[in-house]
Amino acid sequence: MTSKNESLHVDSYERTWIIASIILVILFFIAITIAGTMMGIQVPGQVGRVDPNTVAQSGEFAEPGLRELAPGKYEAHVLAKTWSFDPREITVPKGSTVTFYVTSSDVQHGFKIQDTNMNVMVLPGQVASLTITFDEAGEYPYICTEYCGLGHAAMFGKVIVTD
Amino acid sequence: MSASTKYEMTASDKRFIGWHMLFAIAALSIGSLFGPLQTFEHAGWDIYAQPWFQALFKSYYQGLTLHGVLNALIWTTFFITGFTTFTVIYGLKRRLRYPIVNHVGWWMMVVGLVTAAIPLLLDWATVLYTFYAPMKAHWLFYVGLTLVVVGSWIEGYGFYLTYYAWRKENPGVRTPLMSFMGVLNMVMWQIATIGIAVEILFFLLPWALGLTKGVDPLLTRTLFWWTGHPLVYFWLLPAYLSWYTMLPKQVGGKLFSDSLARLAFWLFLVLSVPLGFHHQFVDPGVPQGWKMVHAFLTFSVFLPSMFTLFTVTASLEIGGRARGGKGWLGWIWKLPWGDPSVAAQLLAGILFMFGGIGGLINASYNINLVVHNTAWVPGHFHLTVSSAATLSFMGISFWLVPYITGKKLWKPKLALVQVWLWFIGMVIFSNAMHVIGLLGAPRRTPLGLAPYIPEEWSGHLLRIGIGGGILFISVYLYIIIMAVTALSKKVPADEQVEPPVAESLHDPQQTPAWLDRWAIWLVIALALLAIAYGPQIVDQLMHMGATSPGFKVW
Ligand code: HEM
Ligand SMILES: [Cu+2]
Repeated sequence: MTSKNESLHVDSYERTWIIASIILVILFFIAITIAGTMMGIQVPGQVGRVDPNTVAQSGEFAEPGLRELAPGKYEAHVLAKTWSFDPREITVPKGSTVTFYVTSSDVQHGFKIQDTNMNVMVLPGQVASLTITFDEAGEYPYICTEYCGLGHAAMFGKVIVTD
Repeated sequence: MSASTKYEMTASDKRFIGWHMLFAIAALSIGSLFGPLQTFEHAGWDIYAQPWFQALFKSYYQGLTLHGVLNALIWTTFFITGFTTFTVIYGLKRRLRYPIVNHVGWWMMVVGLVTAAIPLLLDWATVLYTFYAPMKAHWLFYVGLTLVVVGSWIEGYGFYLTYYAWRKENPGVRTPLMSFMGVLNMVMWQIATIGIAVEILFFLLPWALGLTKGVDPLLTRTLFWWTGHPLVYFWLLPAYLSWYTMLPKQVGGKLFSDSLARLAFWLFLVLSVPLGFHHQFVDPGVPQGWKMVHAFLTFSVFLPSMFTLFTVTASLEIGGRARGGKGWLGWIWKLPWGDPSVAAQLLAGILFMFGGIGGLINASYNINLVVHNTAWVPGHFHLTVSSAATLSFMGISFWLVPYITGKKLWKPKLALVQVWLWFIGMVIFSNAMHVIGLLGAPRRTPLGLAPYIPEEWSGHLLRIGIGGGILFISVYLYIIIMAVTALSKKVPADEQVEPPVAESLHDPQQTPAWLDRWAIWLVIALALLAIAYGPQIVDQLMHMGATSPGFKVW
C-alpha cells in the first residue's frame, strides 16, 4: 500500500513561498548577528556568582552605590531587595559612562532604567551587569520589572544626570 | 471524505470529552474575571482595593496568579487534552485502546486542579504562574501542578496506545491528519514538560516540604523555560490542527497540501523545545553565546509557521473561490463569515499575524532589551495564547460542544457578536499594551498604584480598560452561550451537528512515507535538545548555588 513516490510534491507557488521564507529567516539571522555583535548593544552574560545570604553584609554590595573609576567613568553597585533599590538615587554628570552591577539579596527582581538599554533580570546569586552612557541631562527612573511581592509596584529609584 | 467513512462516536466517549470541556470552560470563567479587573485597575478603577472584594481575594497579585494559572495552564490543558481525545478517536475511527489509561490520566488532572486551587484561593501561593524561586508557595501548589502535568502525560499514553493499535490494524496507511497532529502535539508536550517536571520534583517540591535548604534561582528558571516556551506551541498547535484539518471543510475548501502540513508539524516537534533561552536573554549567568544560539533556533521555528500561513490561506482560498469569490482578494469576502465557528477562527488567524510579528521582535536578541518584562509582553501574548489559541478554541467549541452533547448551538448570531467583540476588544487592549510597554511600563504591576507612571500615559491606560471591558462582555457571553447550549434539549438525530473533516486536494496516500514515520524525527528532536541545552544545564548543575531560602513576600 505504501506509495512508491517518496519525494515531496510541492506546488510552484508553494516552492516560491518556502524559498522566500527561508531567505527571510537568513536575513533575520544576519540582522541579529550584526545587531548583537557590532552595534555595542549588549545583553548581560556571565559576570559571577555571589552568596545571596551574605551579599548584603560583605563584599562590594555591602556598601552599594556609585564609584568613580576615571573622569566620566563610573561603576555602580545596586542591591535589590523587597521592596527597594539600594541606592535609591544615583547622580552623574552628563556624558558619563556607568557600568552597573545588580544583584538581589532575596527574591527575583528586575532592573530597568527608563529610556535606556538597561533592562535586566536581577537574580539572587547572580550579578547582572551592563554599561550605559548617559548623553542627556534629566531624570531616569529605574524600576523593578519582575513581581517580587506586595510592594513590587512601588519599587523604584532614579538616575539623575546633571548638566 | 465520503459519507461511508463517517464514524459514530460512542456516547461514553462523547461524555468523556464533555467533561474536559466542562472543566476547561469553568476554569476560563473564573480565570477571566481577573483579566478585566487588571485592566480596570490600570484605568484607575481599582476593584482590588474594595473591602468586599478583599474579603475574597487579597491582592492584585493573587488575582494575577489565578488569571495566569486558570487561563493559561488549566483552560488550555483541559481543552487540549479533550480536543485531542476527539481527534484521536474521530480521526482513527476507533475507540480508545485502553480507555482506563485515559480515565486515570483525567482523574489525576482533576485531583491536581483541586489540589492546586486550594492554596491559590487561600492566598498561600501568590507566586504567579511562573512561580520563580526563591519565592516559595505552599507545597500543595507544586503537588497540584505536578498532578495536572502527569495526568496529561497519562492521557497522552492512552493516545499512543490507541495510535499503536491503529497502526497494527492499518499497515501502510497514512495516519489521518487530525490524529497525527493531535498525537504529535502530545509527544512534543511530553518532551517539553521534562523541564518543569525536573524543576518541581527534584528542586521545588523537596524544598517546599522542608527536605532541602535551598534552590538555585537560575537553574530553576532555566528548567522552567525549557517547558515555558514550548508551552506556547502546545497551545497553538491544536488551533493549527483545526485550521489545517477542519476549517477548510467549514468554508467549503480543501486542504491544499497534506505533505506540507505534516512537514510543518514535524518541524514544530523538532524545533519547539530547544529555544527557551530567548525568555532569558536578559538573565545574568547565561552566556551570550548560548542566548544567540537560541535566538537562531527561535527564528527557525518561524519557518513552519510561514508554511502554515501559506497552506491555510491556500486552503481557504479554494473555499472562497468555490463559493464564487473572484480576484486576488475577493474570495476572502465570500468565506462564510456568518458562521461563528468560522469567523472566530479567521479572526484568531488575523490577530495571530500581528502576534507573530511581535514575537519576532521579542526574539531578536538585543532588541528584547526594549520590551523585556514590559506591558508589551502581555500585549503580545494576548494575541497568541489568548486569541490565536483561545478564540480558535471558542470557535471549535461552537461545533464540538453541540456534537458531544447532541444539542444545537444556542443563538449562533449572538455567538457571532461574541467573537467580534473579542476581536475588537483585543485590538484596543493589545494595541494600548504594546504602546505603553514601549514607553516603559512594566508588566505584572498594578500600574494605577505605581508612583513612577507619568500623567501622560493615562490615555493608554484608559484604552487598556476599555478593551478589557469589551473582552469582559465577550468572555461571559461565550460562557453563557456554552452553558445554555449544554443545558438545552437534545435535537433529533437528523439535525445533529457533524464534525468538519477537510478533504485533502491530493490523496494523503501520496504523501511520502518519511512524513509518517516517528523514530527519525524523535531522534533529531532529542539530539537538538541535548545540543542546545545539555552544556548549559550541566554547567548550571555543576555550579549550583543552592543557597536561597524561601520567601513568602505577599
Ligand atoms: C478576558 C479577557 C482578558 C483580559 C482583559 C486580560 C487582561 C490581562 C492583563 C491586563 C494582564 C497583565 C497584568 C499585568 O501584567 O499586571 C494579563 C496577564 C495575563 N493573561 Fe490575560 N486577559 C484576558 C484573557 C486571557 C486569556 C484567555 C488568557 C489565556 C488563555 C490569558 C493569559 C494571561 C497570562 C498568562 C497573563 C500573564 C500573567 C502573569 O504575568 O503572571 N488572559 N491579562
Ligand atoms: Cu522587585
